[in-house]
Amino acid sequence: MIENSKPYKVFLIFDYIFVGILALICFLPLLHVFAVSLSDRVANGAGVVTFWPVNFNLESYKYVLRDNSFAKALGISVLRTAVGCAVQMTMTIMCAYPLSKSAYQMPSRIVYVWFFLFATLFGGGLIPTYLVVKRAHLINSFWALIIPGALPIGNVILLLNFFRNLPRELEEAARMDGAGHIKVLTGVYLPLSKASIATLSLFCMVGHWNSWFDGMIYLNDMSRQPLATLLHALVSQSVLNVLLQTTDMGTLKSLMTITNDSLRSAQLFIGMVPILCVYPFLQKYFTKGIVIGSVKG
Amino acid sequence: MTGAQAAVAEAAACGLLGKDKEMVSGKTKKRLDKFKRNLPLHLMLLPGVILIAVFCYIPMGGILIAFQDYKVTKGILRSEWVGLENFRFLFSYPNFGQIMRNTVFIACSKLVLGLMAPVVFALLLNEIRHARYAKIVQTLVYLPNFLSWVILGGIFVTLLSPTGILNRALDLIGMGPYYFMGDNSLFPGTLIVTDVWKGFGYASIIYLATLTGINPELYEAAAIDGAGKWKQLIHVTLPGLAPILFVQAVLSLGGILNAGMDQIMNMYSPQVYASGDILDTYVYRLGLEQAQYSMSTAAGLFKSIIGLILMSAAYHFAVKYGEYQLF
Repeated sequence: MIENSKPYKVFLIFDYIFVGILALICFLPLLHVFAVSLSDRVANGAGVVTFWPVNFNLESYKYVLRDNSFAKALGISVLRTAVGCAVQMTMTIMCAYPLSKSAYQMPSRIVYVWFFLFATLFGGGLIPTYLVVKRAHLINSFWALIIPGALPIGNVILLLNFFRNLPRELEEAARMDGAGHIKVLTGVYLPLSKASIATLSLFCMVGHWNSWFDGMIYLNDMSRQPLATLLHALVSQSVLNVLLQTTDMGTLKSLMTITNDSLRSAQLFIGMVPILCVYPFLQKYFTKGIVIGSVKG
Repeated sequence: MTGAQAAVAEAAACGLLGKDKEMVSGKTKKRLDKFKRNLPLHLMLLPGVILIAVFCYIPMGGILIAFQDYKVTKGILRSEWVGLENFRFLFSYPNFGQIMRNTVFIACSKLVLGLMAPVVFALLLNEIRHARYAKIVQTLVYLPNFLSWVILGGIFVTLLSPTGILNRALDLIGMGPYYFMGDNSLFPGTLIVTDVWKGFGYASIIYLATLTGINPELYEAAAIDGAGKWKQLIHVTLPGLAPILFVQAVLSLGGILNAGMDQIMNMYSPQVYASGDILDTYVYRLGLEQAQYSMSTAAGLFKSIIGLILMSAAYHFAVKYGEYQLF
């Protein structure tokens, strides 16, 4: 049998090892940061922490969570993720439903689709968008994180493609019974596309949780910024610190006492936790190919 | 002959010219009826249309300030027009060439490696018959895709610092230390490798799905014809992957000026501007840190126009030759 030829068996052994190493390369950096966050300052300073905590303690987490500005940013992130996701999904469904109609039923469909599509291909850029947000009096407002990005056009296209593949007969039957558009949408379309909507919601949540740039440019007031923006400021600062280390090793020792590796790692890890929590659900859907079937292909 | 003329001629030929008016009004009435019936649909679209009009189309009008010496106090209506002066200044800016080179180099490297790595990984994973092992591997490699560059930037600062774990490991085999994030000769490589690291797993899903979709009978037929594993790869697997690979390659070409602002903003510092500054980060610093609104918009417009041309061409080719359908 060719299947069991010797070179192939050798290849398989290497294949298992190589793929396993790749998986570890993807995971170990996260584990390292987790271990650093749970180790004490002495162990981190001495550089002995690898993938397991040394001198295990929870001091960093206690310190971080007692910090008022951090807790507040965490709260803002949770709020923006909940509100933002709800707004985005409502808008996505409201736009995807009409656009899923046939060109015969809705002749202006193509005009709308191109109107949305062109907005994804071309844009005014950073400054003109900023000026519009400013004119809309959204600067320093929580809504600056929600409104400008309230309609994810890519998701609209995904969902409208999904809607179009639903069996027409069900809709026609409902219409025969005198159901209007709202009734058809809530009674026929939405129950049939629960999985797709769940998937898109999860992607919206991840997007909102992770986004930091809008918080940085639209919210000048640090106390209103979401966690991701706060972490960005923190990370940029530590990039600069590393830079100092590279130019002047003499300052290294003094920096060691200022920048606390385990503190920063604890902050990063808390920023990761919600993603890790929804990840199993995310994976369940995207490996089933619900999204991919219509994304690209 | 235009359509209207044709319609008139046809109507005249049928001797219906007198009833023409009636017909037109009948048509508009029909259209109006349809619009009325579809009114709920139009109303559903209204909020989205307004939102996109305000936050996407009005800013497109704002690109006018690229041709002005824009002053916030004067506004867009009373600021002085300077024609192409901003662009002339931009292109003669000594660092502009460097920024363009950085942008294209980083984006192209990411593009090529970001296309190849997922395919190779999918092929390797596809050979693994142990379902549980494959599942664990998948779970781990898809994860980084969902973490933001803020978090990952922080992780890599810890990992790659001169005293970080990677340099400690290199020290054991007598190498380094390397200043991955502070050395201009290493920084672009760091960006490219970490970007591929983040995305290759997730990007492989589509190839894995395609691989499982290849008809097993093709492999059986090839085996009967005496083709070994290698020959099967060349003659069955790769041709099966080719169409989707083509579409992915063409679509990614549209992003040739997108070198990854999200990542670079979280990993760079003034020391590596020479090798890591790209168009997007330049637009950001010029616009929001130095308040050079007109110059920043000019640089952004330059990028948007090239992006528009590339993306349109990419969609065109993907639809025409790759059987790709957008909507």
